[in-house]
Amino acid sequence: MAKMSLEQLRKLREDKRQDLSRREVEGKEIQIIVGMGTCGIAAGAKQTFDELVKAVDESGLGDRVVIRQTGCMGLCYVEPTVEVVMPGMPTVIYGKMTSETAKELVKKHLVEKSLLDNHILDRPAADIVKK
Amino acid sequence: MAYKNYILVCGGTGCESSRGDEIFRTLIKEAELQGVKNDVQVVKTGCFGFCEKGPIVKVLPQESFYVEVKPEDAKEIIAEQVIKGREVKRLLYKKDQASSDKVKIEDIDFYQKQFRVVLRNCGVINPENIDEYIAREGYTGLERALFKFSPDEVVEELKKSGLRGRGGAGFPTWLKWDLTRKAPGDVKYVVCNADEGDPGAYMNRSTIEGDPHSIVESMIICGRTIGAHEGYIYIRAEYPLAIERLKIAIRQAREYGLLGKDILGSGYDFDLDIRLGAGAFVCGEETALLQSLEGKRGMPVPKPPFPAIKGLWQKPTVINNVETFANISVIMAKGAEWFAKIGTEKSKGTKTFALTGKINNSGLVEVPMGTTLREIVFDIGGGIRNGKKFKGVQTGGPSGGIITEESLDQPITYESLTALGSMMGSGGMIIMDEDDCVVDIAKFYMAFCVDESCGKCAPCRIGTKQMHDILEKISNGNGVEEDLAKLEKIGKAMTKASLCMLGGSAANPTLSTIKHFREDYMEHIRDHKCRAGKCKSLVVYEIDAAKCIGCGICARRCPVPCITGEKKQPHVIDRARCIKCGECFTACKFGAVVKK
Repeated sequence: MAKMSLEQLRKLREDKRQDLSRREVEGKEIQIIVGMGTCGIAAGAKQTFDELVKAVDESGLGDRVVIRQTGCMGLCYVEPTVEVVMPGMPTVIYGKMTSETAKELVKKHLVEKSLLDNHILDRPAADIVKK
Repeated sequence: MAYKNYILVCGGTGCESSRGDEIFRTLIKEAELQGVKNDVQVVKTGCFGFCEKGPIVKVLPQESFYVEVKPEDAKEIIAEQVIKGREVKRLLYKKDQASSDKVKIEDIDFYQKQFRVVLRNCGVINPENIDEYIAREGYTGLERALFKFSPDEVVEELKKSGLRGRGGAGFPTWLKWDLTRKAPGDVKYVVCNADEGDPGAYMNRSTIEGDPHSIVESMIICGRTIGAHEGYIYIRAEYPLAIERLKIAIRQAREYGLLGKDILGSGYDFDLDIRLGAGAFVCGEETALLQSLEGKRGMPVPKPPFPAIKGLWQKPTVINNVETFANISVIMAKGAEWFAKIGTEKSKGTKTFALTGKINNSGLVEVPMGTTLREIVFDIGGGIRNGKKFKGVQTGGPSGGIITEESLDQPITYESLTALGSMMGSGGMIIMDEDDCVVDIAKFYMAFCVDESCGKCAPCRIGTKQMHDILEKISNGNGVEEDLAKLEKIGKAMTKASLCMLGGSAANPTLSTIKHFREDYMEHIRDHKCRAGKCKSLVVYEIDAAKCIGCGICARRCPVPCITGEKKQPHVIDRARCIKCGECFTACKFGAVVKK
């Protein structure tokens, strides 16, 4: 890269901050957990994951959201499954979250704080929830 | 590119030497082999500090903290964690053998009392990538120093922060900068002292290895403030990895226009260069360092004039330690008020320490000033190895002194350590237990000073040698009581009359051990006994006839050989020929060989 001006440096910092903030976990209160068992991956969880990362970045919530993967949630018939944990909202597991619906999830659940009625499966079973 | 997982591998010298680099490469290879190279980013980062349990591998966002990882484990980490999203339980840090629960990183005792300012980026970013440094508020301090603050205001900001030199002496940094700034002359220099020479100290090495840009940024800020256009980093040649990372950092900063002409369009020019030291301890002393930088023999020159007035090539020069510089970029970015809240009234901020010796968790730690030694040794360090008794802690290396049990609850500040007859030093901390002999330690440090004395002034050149000879005599069992008074007398003379602080502080380990452990010295002199069994001449090996079963293993191991005896009969050591190597002592499985 050629020499930078002050504005370019600031812009670079802004861009890179988003990249790096994905790595950080501390201080992030919203969790999106994608089921990435064999079943999930077969049903397209990888694409969903990528789409979620993109949508979160676009929404500007990158500083507050951590997206992580987990194993099979045991709900293989509605994979890909995505669980969302955030303050002020009930913890919900969504099913059949394809890459198309991922964007909707971020917009509705995270930004507008409303549920995606057609995809709600359940609150997580008691043995999954850790008190 | 959207990654699902981030694997941070420690790239400090400690972990590299236990195959950290191989782990790094194997992880990348495995990710490729298993078809997930686009899902995971493997990053080599700086020291996590927890060297005792290295190599460390951290996986995000699960925050899995893996310890003592081997290259063979890479396959499993990729297969289990990246592909299936399951942690590799057997590698996780556990509180003790019995518990199998995952311990959160912030709950690990080692990290609980630490507060990371200097090491803020170590173990977080890839030190070879300037973008990651920039993303973590890097070069914001420089922005402010170039466009927001005048040099006056930068000095004012530093004054408010209360930052003092981290090389050991604790001179107010703002004053040093201000003096240099106001010194007449149009050519000035910025020098970074990275000649870390204390035995057992590696804070500066780890800081540079983990976050080289923090030094580069701060040196530009310094240059801008005092009106210098050139800077030098004087680093010892024994730190190849740190040098390499500095070179990369300087190259990247130049590419981005953060070094060179017209930085960020401000019209200010500054450039940096690296100079390698050949590993002489005295070159850590600022005037000797400057001599060496000029290409002369590394010997101190009398002060005044101080480097602030006549430094490198007789021009006004700021010379600061690595850790001091590492603090400046963050003070400029976050503000003096933020920094001044950390630490105590007179000692602000944090201090890094390298814990080594007989301690459970050796490693690199950073604590706010005012933390007690007890917290560092017992809470962070996890106490003494093998349940032995704590004897003392040597701070400040060959220039410092020993701090004993009674003083463990003293909060650490520049003043408190000096009052205890030790000093802050650069931050090496060597923990000793009951198996260490104070005479032996004093002798070791004195021998170090004899070797490292440059020989320019008589008090140091002759004094260190004389003191070493007396210590040698005592440890051989030939000492007399007057020797202690002699040691004290020579020590005091050296402290007062030496040209530089090498000689001026060389007597500290001896004087402080005499002060705190006079009885140990007296045992050597009066009873010809070394209770720790370290002073060879005073140790006698014997075989307890009641315990010896006559297996003969000691006789076979003895290199002299001086152990005789019939099979299945008690053996005997011929004391006249014994060289006290201790082979028989370690060889005997029945505890029949005793050390007296």
